[in-house]
Amino acid sequence: MPWSDSRQPGMSAELDGRLRRHSDWARRIRLIVLEQSRRAGVGHIGSALSIVDILAALYGGALEIPDPAHPDRDRVILSKGHAALALYAALHVRGWLTRDMLDTYCADGSLLGVHPERVVPGIDFSAGSLGQGLSIGVGAALAARLERSARRTFVILSDAECNEGAVWEAAMFAAHHRLANLVTLVDLNGQQALGYTNEILSLAPLAERWRAFGWDVHEVDGHDGPRLASTIASLDVDEGAPHVLLARTVFGRGVSFMEASIKWHYSSMSEQEYRQALAEIEGLP
Amino acid sequence: MRRAFINQLVELAALDRRILLLTGDLGYMALEPFAERFPDRFWNVGVAEQNMVGIATGLAEAGYIPFVYSIATFATLRPYEFIRHGPVLQHLPVRVVGIGGGFEYGSNGASHHALEDVAVMRAQPGMTVVVPADAHQATAALAATWELPGPVYYRVGKNDHVTVPGLDGRFELGRLQVLSMGSDIALVTMGAISADVLRAADTLRQRGVAATVAVVSSVRPAPLDDLASVLATVAVVMTIEAHYLDGGLGSLVAELIAERGVSCRLLRRAVTSVPSGVTGSEAFYLREHGLSVDAIVGDALAALGLGAPNTEAVAASNGTQA
Repeated sequence: MPWSDSRQPGMSAELDGRLRRHSDWARRIRLIVLEQSRRAGVGHIGSALSIVDILAALYGGALEIPDPAHPDRDRVILSKGHAALALYAALHVRGWLTRDMLDTYCADGSLLGVHPERVVPGIDFSAGSLGQGLSIGVGAALAARLERSARRTFVILSDAECNEGAVWEAAMFAAHHRLANLVTLVDLNGQQALGYTNEILSLAPLAERWRAFGWDVHEVDGHDGPRLASTIASLDVDEGAPHVLLARTVFGRGVSFMEASIKWHYSSMSEQEYRQALAEIEGLP
Repeated sequence: MRRAFINQLVELAALDRRILLLTGDLGYMALEPFAERFPDRFWNVGVAEQNMVGIATGLAEAGYIPFVYSIATFATLRPYEFIRHGPVLQHLPVRVVGIGGGFEYGSNGASHHALEDVAVMRAQPGMTVVVPADAHQATAALAATWELPGPVYYRVGKNDHVTVPGLDGRFELGRLQVLSMGSDIALVTMGAISADVLRAADTLRQRGVAATVAVVSSVRPAPLDDLASVLATVAVVMTIEAHYLDGGLGSLVAELIAERGVSCRLLRRAVTSVPSGVTGSEAFYLREHGLSVDAIVGDALAALGLGAPNTEAVAASNGTQA
């Protein structure tokens, strides 16, 4: 299976360069997710791995954030807060979170818990209770409009999070007020804590639902970093409907025994599983 | 007092562009002065209180001071977890404005009666809780607190015409407002029912009983030192609130008495039973729950050994214990 849809024979050197850069970012983030979750003995690994390429696309280029304290930076809300370890890893690769800080993940006195807190440099909003991030993102986008700022707001939702009614309250408001500066990315990994989304509470037809709510819908491969970045770059964020990227992903992406496995929503790794997972990620193109 | 509150908000908003107002589709004949003057800073988010608080959280992070407005039950209980995870845990200056605490919505029924809003807001350590007793105090309280760095809950009375004599628009965060001093009993109250408590004190005076009347408008931070000083001067204190018994003003005073070792007897007058479904005016509900002026007077006299206890209140109290 090709690692990315973008990797095709005869592609341009420029695209090849972007792809290499993305792969490098994604590999580094995945390795940190494995290392830190193993060290801390904490789960949510599969959920973190499924958004790695989305985060690599954002923090590896799509976001405009001169520094994490800049008042006019793009805002990011990881509404699926249980995947925060992947975000910490991305912030580290970006250079905003030190290795020492990363190594405190889930330790006593650490700022880095399973769910993200606003006190961490680079984290704009705390998260952990599903269904709240899109409303907050609407407020952030509205604030940018009030200030006539070109900054954008990115909200990362899990697919099962769309079970929450408040997501749709926010979706209605954003469409009604034409918040074109709001970009939602739904991590469509098809899984939730206790099973598969299509068995627990079907979201289908999700694209039609977002479209019916008045959003500009893009169905994308959530592991094709360069294409995610180019899709984001192509969005009209000045005028029109808010945007949603329905990003098809594989839960646990990159580690064969975690992929699409419900167990890895909560489980932590044994030493043997960790070794195998590391070897698989290190062996990726 | 809600019109006075909104008028004050308009005045502040004219001076500070950070002030924004969001409503969950309520506030007819109340919010128009703001909406008309600042159309770009006013949103009716629709009937969606959770989203309203979430939006306010996002706005506050960017430096704005958003006020979210609804009937007190809907402003506090429906979006409670959004308030907790948003402005409280993230230390952001969102203002939750809940209109009509207690039974002020009368025959609209139990769905519209905020009877635990103060308890749940007071449970959040980062939240300032302000319960004005009349329009002048609402104005003063808003002027004193609108710029606080953390979140604030305002329980604002619906009635625009209530005035508590002697209060004179006094408000100070963490302080108690004492309306009269008497050595026989202290009546401690909060919010719109304060005017009734003052009337009860007048009746008691005619019966030869000298009552201290104290209004707690800054519920959090609570006026602990002031309260302790007042309670040290009396043998009996009675709290009166249009709120459930648990977690409200009576609880606050009970905690203070226990923690400070204050030597006085406490009677808590509050709503103690589940709404029966029988409806009526605000006055009807207050009577039903032993919170009318007559009931307050009767209970105070009984507590001092000067008369028979008010049967309604006793029935209500027994209801809780059962």
